[in-house]
Amino acid sequence: MKNAAETELPQPARRGFLKGAAAAAATLVAPGIFLYRTGQAATSLDNEARWGLLIDTNALSEADVDACVSACQREHGWRAEPGSKTDAQWIRKVKLTDQETGHQKFLPMMCLHCESPPCVDVCPTGASFKRADGIVLVNKHICIGCRYCMMACPYKARSFIHETLKDQLPVAPRGKGTVESCTLCVHRVDRDGANAVPACAEAVNRGERKAILFGDLNDPQSEISRRLQELGGTRLRADMGLNPGVRYQGL
Amino acid sequence: MAAATQYSEIKTRSSGYWALLILLAAGVLIGIAGAHHMDVEGHHVSGMNNQIVWGLPHVFAIFLIVAASGALNIASLASVFAKQAYKPLARFSAILSIALLVGGLAILLLDLGRPDRLIVAMTYYNFKSIFAWNIILYSGFVVIVAAYLWLMMERRMQRWSKPAGLLAFVWRLVLTTGTGSIFGFLVARESYDTALLAPMFIIMSFAFGLAVLILLLMLSFSLDRRELDPSHLLRLRRLLGIFTASVFYFVVVFHLTKLYGTQNHGFEAFILMDGGIYTFLFWFAQIGLGNLLPLALIYTPSLQQSSKSLVLACLLVIAGAFAQLYIIIVGGQAYPLNIFPGYIVESGFYDGVVGEYAPSLWEFMLGFGGLTASLLIALLVLRVLPIMPNALSAEAQ
Repeated sequence: MKNAAETELPQPARRGFLKGAAAAAATLVAPGIFLYRTGQAATSLDNEARWGLLIDTNALSEADVDACVSACQREHGWRAEPGSKTDAQWIRKVKLTDQETGHQKFLPMMCLHCESPPCVDVCPTGASFKRADGIVLVNKHICIGCRYCMMACPYKARSFIHETLKDQLPVAPRGKGTVESCTLCVHRVDRDGANAVPACAEAVNRGERKAILFGDLNDPQSEISRRLQELGGTRLRADMGLNPGVRYQGL
Repeated sequence: MAAATQYSEIKTRSSGYWALLILLAAGVLIGIAGAHHMDVEGHHVSGMNNQIVWGLPHVFAIFLIVAASGALNIASLASVFAKQAYKPLARFSAILSIALLVGGLAILLLDLGRPDRLIVAMTYYNFKSIFAWNIILYSGFVVIVAAYLWLMMERRMQRWSKPAGLLAFVWRLVLTTGTGSIFGFLVARESYDTALLAPMFIIMSFAFGLAVLILLLMLSFSLDRRELDPSHLLRLRRLLGIFTASVFYFVVVFHLTKLYGTQNHGFEAFILMDGGIYTFLFWFAQIGLGNLLPLALIYTPSLQQSSKSLVLACLLVIAGAFAQLYIIIVGGQAYPLNIFPGYIVESGFYDGVVGEYAPSLWEFMLGFGGLTASLLIALLVLRVLPIMPNALSAEAQ
């Protein structure tokens, strides 16, 4: 049933045609089309599936986490200069050191796609929204840039675009003066459904070893659900009851 | 006696008045220039960043919005609580509250990442957002207080001014509840996440609004050489004392409540002991200059008749207000989020460290511009409408 969402979406053929027929024109119009499609998709999606990630921190080295960040940058066309306080960071490398034991680990942090996202609650215009399939996004057309969502997010997942942007990619339209965050590679999810692999996961998964596992949290038979049943997973700031769709193992 | 009060426009032709207007207009232009530069270049020219997302413009804006609601108090005392002694100042109180609110809203709007999307903000509402509610509360406030002012000024309509005054009073309480709740509802941050912020903002509004009102009252009366009997100032002085003491009380309760919970000790230590600029601002500017010194000035028996001490007390209350709001808004964000309890957290996105913020000239210009816009609006309206009483004479006992 979870494929029902996919059947409502534009056919890959049409997408291929658009790209193939007029690459230059597509580059110009694609951001608009993509947004329109995302909007359409949001209304025709159902809540059969709830997409999430399971991140196995024990399987991630520092280099792996760096690879996640680079992959996301390539996929969505953002850059963050080291030391910049204003550059956007859709995903970041976090280093944790246990205060008692000194044990260190590295993990990627991004939007956790909460079931009850505070950013959606506080957004005055409704630009911050959650799709029926659980992906939390920003509607770039009605974001007024008030940054209240950034005040409300417990995970520091969101960034404000402080400067004029160049070299944007069609799959990730961005705009100065608005807020953005991880989209869970929504363009891949809309294309591939349950088989989607977000860019960060693609960068670190090798063969059977899936350090970042994408899947449907609502489907008890999905790999992510089975792994969660077997090994459990940590919800960050579980005390807040937000039920994030991104879970961690090894914390 | 109050019924016989005569009102008139400010008529002064003094060069001081015109110089003040020109300075204020220049301030507005400076504000527009700052906002324009931030809009064209992007917010990276401000000191705000992805850690401190609200900065100096918001300190100015929230000061003005909070003071706006408090400035209406004098009118409410007359209309709702039937204190006739305050009636002559009811019109001024209403017009000042509108002027302050407009200046504050202008700052908030111009600081948006997309100020051109005002129409979006006015047409798309997420009713779960306290911010969306505030947009309605602020617009409604201007309309209601303007209607209330008209009912007070139109002789045939005066019997309606009492219910309008009641509506405006209730509305302003809800409005400031909304302003405080912008922060109070932020459950993710230890610095906020308390219902206490709503009533605390209300009591702050009482003090801040009254301080601004007293200063502008004394200024406009002196510019226009109108009679201002000390008895009126004494009454306002005592009111300011009560309000300032109440703010102090709420600050004490706020911090005691936070201190009781072990999980908040880190945040409390940050504000009260080792937060650098925030700790300095708290003890020196907010508590010392903003609470204790004005209280001393207000209640020192030998200074009761001194208008200079009252002016100084008002200025100190306003300075303390800015410090308090800076600590709440900027300090509250600077304290790091505790996402991974028990771990030392490091990242290239400033996790686990105190957020750094150095206000830039541009954002100061924007905030300052909003402040001067409020004062300019108030002084211009006083010139074109009969707002001010001709005299506040000694009252017949």
